[in-house]
Amino acid sequence: MIIKILGSGCKNCTKLEEVTRKAIEDLGIESTIEKVTDFKDIASYGVMKTPALVVDEKVKFSGKVPSVDKIKDYIK
Amino acid sequence: MNIITQIFSWLNNQLLKMEWLSEGVRLIVENIFGLSVKTRLGGSIHFFIYDTIKIFILLSVLIFMISYIQSFFPPERTKKILGSVKGIKGNILGALLGTITPFCSCSSIPIFMGFTSAGLPLGVTFSFLISSPLVDLASFLLLVSFFGLKIALVYVVVGLVLAVLGGTIIDKLNMTKYVESYVYEVKELDNEIEKMNRNDRISYSKDQVKDVFKKVWLYVLIGVGIGATIHNWIPVSFIERVIGQDNPFAVIIASLVGIPMYADIFGTLPIAEALFGKGVGIGTILSFMMGVTALSLPSMIMLSKVIKPRLLGLFIGIISLGIIIIGYTFNFISYMFV
Repeated sequence: MIIKILGSGCKNCTKLEEVTRKAIEDLGIESTIEKVTDFKDIASYGVMKTPALVVDEKVKFSGKVPSVDKIKDYIK
Repeated sequence: MNIITQIFSWLNNQLLKMEWLSEGVRLIVENIFGLSVKTRLGGSIHFFIYDTIKIFILLSVLIFMISYIQSFFPPERTKKILGSVKGIKGNILGALLGTITPFCSCSSIPIFMGFTSAGLPLGVTFSFLISSPLVDLASFLLLVSFFGLKIALVYVVVGLVLAVLGGTIIDKLNMTKYVESYVYEVKELDNEIEKMNRNDRISYSKDQVKDVFKKVWLYVLIGVGIGATIHNWIPVSFIERVIGQDNPFAVIIASLVGIPMYADIFGTLPIAEALFGKGVGIGTILSFMMGVTALSLPSMIMLSKVIKPRLLGLFIGIISLGIIIIGYTFNFISYMFV
């Protein structure tokens, strides 16, 4: 599973990365986390609010930092 | 009729102006600190405590209500709505949607690119970008609380007109070539708008309140501090000389001071309130507030990544000039509002 965190380095983006790492750890899923910080790449996902979470090239949500439990639902 | 007017003015005084709070804080200052609110120190303490509590209460309640409404208008939906209209109507709609679409400077680039790749005219995008930080429902209600309904309405209307005109001018000047070319290489992509139920909206709104609180509390305290200082320590004669009605450069000075400053409307209001109390013209105050909220360094730095200096300069120039014109116009006709 490839997980991408979209965001240009704002505070919430770092927070989303932390929360996502925690969720993956809890679930014990094999996956890589990539950070996408280039605006062009972010826009190419059609995302207009950062941070956003992309799992296997699908945008799961944008513009928020959900709790660890909620992220698990998005990843599963 | 009379009774209805009285009920409304009572509601306004108690709920928005919070006279009960002013009274309560006065009792605290007089009985616990042992200072009359008529003394300088007592007055400053009263201003500081009363304004801080008032702004934080209004901020929590208003941001919650407004976020709830905003949750129905994510930028994805705004983009779709804007794509369906043409010409000046697009600018007007862009300015209006700017008031209800959630926005922060960190999102200005993705929104800019999303709008542009969807084929929206540059002018419409700019109408949106100008109105978004300048006018929103929260600032409207706050202005009602601090200055009354008339001035609040005027602020909103003028802000929207500035956004529509600014966008239209940028459109007419054919600035498309001053947008970084990579913006046009992005293909449009529509994501499904996430479905939200009532609980989602409530929890979204709560998160927004927390976020805004964290972001602005320091600005509010600084703003209230400056306000309290102006209110009680700076002599009226000094303020009158610098930005008073008789100084023809008052509006320009207020705008030039406001533009490089960046704060939320929440931090700006106590300063505006104190200046208002000192008899500074309403146009001068509007210029100052618009300068602080509309142009901010973080969002300029962001924008400079997608548009070339020439367009950025035009954008800053149009807004600055607009703000100054608004200031003079309102000082000139202020007898109608105050």
